[in-house]
Parts: sequence; structure tokens; C-alpha cells
Amino acid sequence: MSILIYAEHDNTELKAETAKLVHAASQIGGDIDVLVAGHDCAAVAQAAASISGVTRVLVADASCYEYQLAENISALVVELADGYSHILAAATTTGKNFMPRVAALKDVAQISDIIAVESADTFVRPIYAGNAIATVQSSDTLKLMTVRASAFDAASLGGAAPIETLTQLHDAGLSSFVNAELTVSERPELTAASVIISGGRGMQNGDNFALLNGIADKLGAAIGASRAAVDAGFVPNDMQVGQTGKIVAPQLYIAVGISGAIQHLAGMKDSKVIVAINKDEEAPIFQIADYGLVGDLFDILPELEAAL
Amino acid sequence: MKILVPVKRAIDYNVKVKVKADESNVDLANVKMSINPFCEIAVEEAIRLKESGIASEIVVVSIGSLACVEQIRTALALGADRGIHIQTDAVLDSLQIAKLLQTVVVKESPDLVILGKQAIDSDNNQTGQMLAALTNMGQGTFASKVAVADGQVAVTREIDGGLQTVSLTLPAIVTTDLRLNEPRYASLPNIMKAKRKPVETIDAESLGVNLTSNVKLLKVSAPAQRSGGVKVADVAELVAKLKTEAKVIS
Repeated sequence: MSILIYAEHDNTELKAETAKLVHAASQIGGDIDVLVAGHDCAAVAQAAASISGVTRVLVADASCYEYQLAENISALVVELADGYSHILAAATTTGKNFMPRVAALKDVAQISDIIAVESADTFVRPIYAGNAIATVQSSDTLKLMTVRASAFDAASLGGAAPIETLTQLHDAGLSSFVNAELTVSERPELTAASVIISGGRGMQNGDNFALLNGIADKLGAAIGASRAAVDAGFVPNDMQVGQTGKIVAPQLYIAVGISGAIQHLAGMKDSKVIVAINKDEEAPIFQIADYGLVGDLFDILPELEAAL
Repeated sequence: MKILVPVKRAIDYNVKVKVKADESNVDLANVKMSINPFCEIAVEEAIRLKESGIASEIVVVSIGSLACVEQIRTALALGADRGIHIQTDAVLDSLQIAKLLQTVVVKESPDLVILGKQAIDSDNNQTGQMLAALTNMGQGTFASKVAVADGQVAVTREIDGGLQTVSLTLPAIVTTDLRLNEPRYASLPNIMKAKRKPVETIDAESLGVNLTSNVKLLKVSAPAQRSGGVKVADVAELVAKLKTEAKVIS
């Protein structure tokens, strides 16, 4: 068996998901190649080569891959697919975007968002917002899947895989990049943070999210939000934790003014320790929280910041 | 401009699903079903494009049992012009759905296909992208803004790091994210009017698509339950517990 992993990166930095995918791939077994597709992404390739267990790193460095447009990336991956038994991408907005195109072009199914590998053809994935867990078996000769990285430990570093340069150019001409407005933050990314503090509708408005800053600074935490807070326009969607937002599993998750709708729980219930702060003692979030504190968040947050 | 909107009949957003005792699947008997929320956003976006004079016709399509006609009628009541029901009782994966939709795209030649980004039952997030690949169209997934002009559609996408805008040549595929719009409610007169709008039924078997999936569902189990912990009295006790008991902060 031979596995191709699509590296998650932004042309400068290899994201934490990739080492976790290498670990997931090692549970399937076989050679593990990592594809780095981007532009001016040599540093990313170096980082990928240092993950233990990687057989080869393949680098497609060209302007047509700079923004990882699904139409171009899928054409590249389709060309590389022959000879691989499995292709894995992280269940990020990049992986979710291009992988189904590869599946359709190769006429195979895609298994989305796997959280465990049972065997080389059997995988476990959540359905219904994590309220049910499906075990599925694929008889496709090429198995394509996106992987929920938070469900896997990272492979260790210390490898020195050879880096090979690819020359294939695929510019489908169907789409073009216009612009990006990326959130600039000194804080860790939600999906990579070991501590997350999230606010919900109870925060009342976007300005009040500033109350979370001091605590996040002291804990080195990322700041998240519930869908209710995003829908209410308090904060941008890239902060959303939940079924349709980001799926996280940090060491510590602090839910502030979040009632605990199933769609939110789907995104954070695998956190190691959950703290809930809510004035409604009947809020469903307390049913899954390790530590619950009932009270007014506008009193509690400044106190908590001072106590840390 | 013609817009095609595929909609999925799915469990209602407010229902908490239960797993069957024999772990063969989830139990959907007597459960309230609705249009998948993301598909509803797709219908709304199409209606807004029609109201702004950009679109001239909205065709809504649903695939599945006879019951799906209910969701087609809902979309017609919201403002779609006509419906297509591809009837099958087979359990289909996204790839088969995309292939069936491909036949509709070939027949209807829409300028834009708007789909929900994922269904809240299977949580796959695949169909729109697969349809785009099969029809060789550009795709704008997870859209929070859609602007059509001069044979192009600019789609602002919700990505992990923020927002990205791409420009696609029409015809193209758009999949919706939550913030694209807030769907309206159907008025009673429009619900009555929708009953007279045309809905064509097509037998899925007649479309020449292999409806067999290569993915077998072996088991559906309930997730590990997380038991609630303790309530703490105040911030001091919380911080102490996090330091000494949970050992997650220092």
C-alpha cells in the first residue's frame, strides 16, 4: 500500500494538521508521501520532510497553485493518484474544497472527516453533528478521505525524507483568485491551540469579546465563538467552533455564555477538560462540563483574569 | 439567467437523533424532516438573485423517495418556479447524487447551480464539489457573498483563516455557508400558489447512472457520553481545580 497526504500549509508554514495525518496514515500502513502544492513553499517542504515516517515529499511549486484553487489542485492530485491506495487531506476548508473533485474525477467515493482508522479499508466518522458514529468500509481501489486532525496525535519530528520536485502544471482556467481578508492574530490558531476560550450569545455584543483577551493572553489561548455569536454578528465566522465551523479538541476549553446547543457541542466535546461559565444553571453545557461556574460572566471574567 | 438549486430532505435542525438499538443506523421513524438548512440558504440566495433582476428562472431539484416532494413544494412556496423530483428509494452517496444532478445540469443548462455546503445528516460536504468536477465547472464553496456580473460570479468564501474571494466563469457552482443570507418564511398565499407550480417526476433508474455505492455502512453507534462534572462555587475554586486536579494550567 502507498499513501499520499496533501500537506496543509499557507506557503510559508506547514500546519499542525499534516503531522497528525502522517500518524493517521501510519495506522493504515505503507509508504507515506506528502504532497506540498503551493508557490514559494520550499520552507513548507523542508518542514514536511522532517516528520518521522514520511517516505518522500513531493513539491509542486508554481504560481497556479499559490492559492490552492480546487480546480487546479484537484487536477494535480488526479494526475498523481495512480499508484496510491489511499489519499488523505485534512478536513479543513482547503481539504474539503478540492478532495471531492478528486473523488468525482477518479469515480470513487470520498469518506469525510474520519476520526479513527479500523483497518486499511474501514474507517470511523461522525454523522448527525457527532450524535452518531458511523463505521464504514470502502471497496474502492483508491480510497479518498478527509481526516479530522484533532482526533489523531501528531507524528514525531526528526525525519529526513527526500524532497522531489514535480513539474506538472495545471491551470484549469475556471477560477481565479481575487483577494483574501485573513484574520491577523498573535494568538494560536483554534485548531492548533491547547487552550481555547469561547464566547456565546451571552457575551451580548462583539465589543464584550475583549473581556476574553486578557484571559487568553495569560493562558496562551485561542479565542472561539458559538454559532449563535457568529449569527448575531458579534465576531467573524472563522472563530466559529461547532458542527459547521471548526472542530477542536484542546487540553482546556472554556465556554463563556454558551448554552450548549448540540451543534456547538459537536465541535468541542472531545476537549480534555471543559469549563462552563453561564448564568443559567440549567444550560445544557453544564451536562458535559467538567467544571461549571454559575454566575454573571461580566463579574466572573475580570475575576478570572486577575486570578490567573 | 437560469439557476438550479438542488435541495435535500433531511432531519429537522432541532431534532436530536437517536441510534437504533441494533446499531444498524439512526432511527428516523416519526422524526420531523425539513429542507436541509444549507439548502434553504441556497434557495433564498437564488430568490434574491431573481428579485434583483439577475435571474429569470429558478428550478429546484430533489432526489429521493416520494416524500421529497414536500421539500420541493416548500422551495416553490419560498419562490422557486418549478421542481424536478428524481425518484429513488436507494440509499445514495454524494457521488451518485452528483451524477444524477449532472444529468439535470446537462438537460437544463443552468448558468448557476447553488447548493448547500453540507447536509446536517451525513455531514459529507461533497456534492457541490463533485458536481463541479463532473460538469467541469468552477466552484465557489462555503459562500458568504455571491455577486454576479458580466458572465462571472465573484464568490466570497468562508475559509479557516478568514475570507477569500474567487472569480468564476459562468456556468459555475456555488455552495452556501451560514452567513450568506437569512432565509425567509413562506407566506400562506405563496404556499397555496406553490401547489399549482409544476413538478416533474423522473425515475432515477431511467437516467443511466450506476446507483451502487462502494461504501458499506457497517455500524452506527452512539457517541461516548461525556458525564457532567462538578459545579464550583467561585473563581478561586475553579482556578484551584484547574491547577491541582485537572492540571491543565500552571
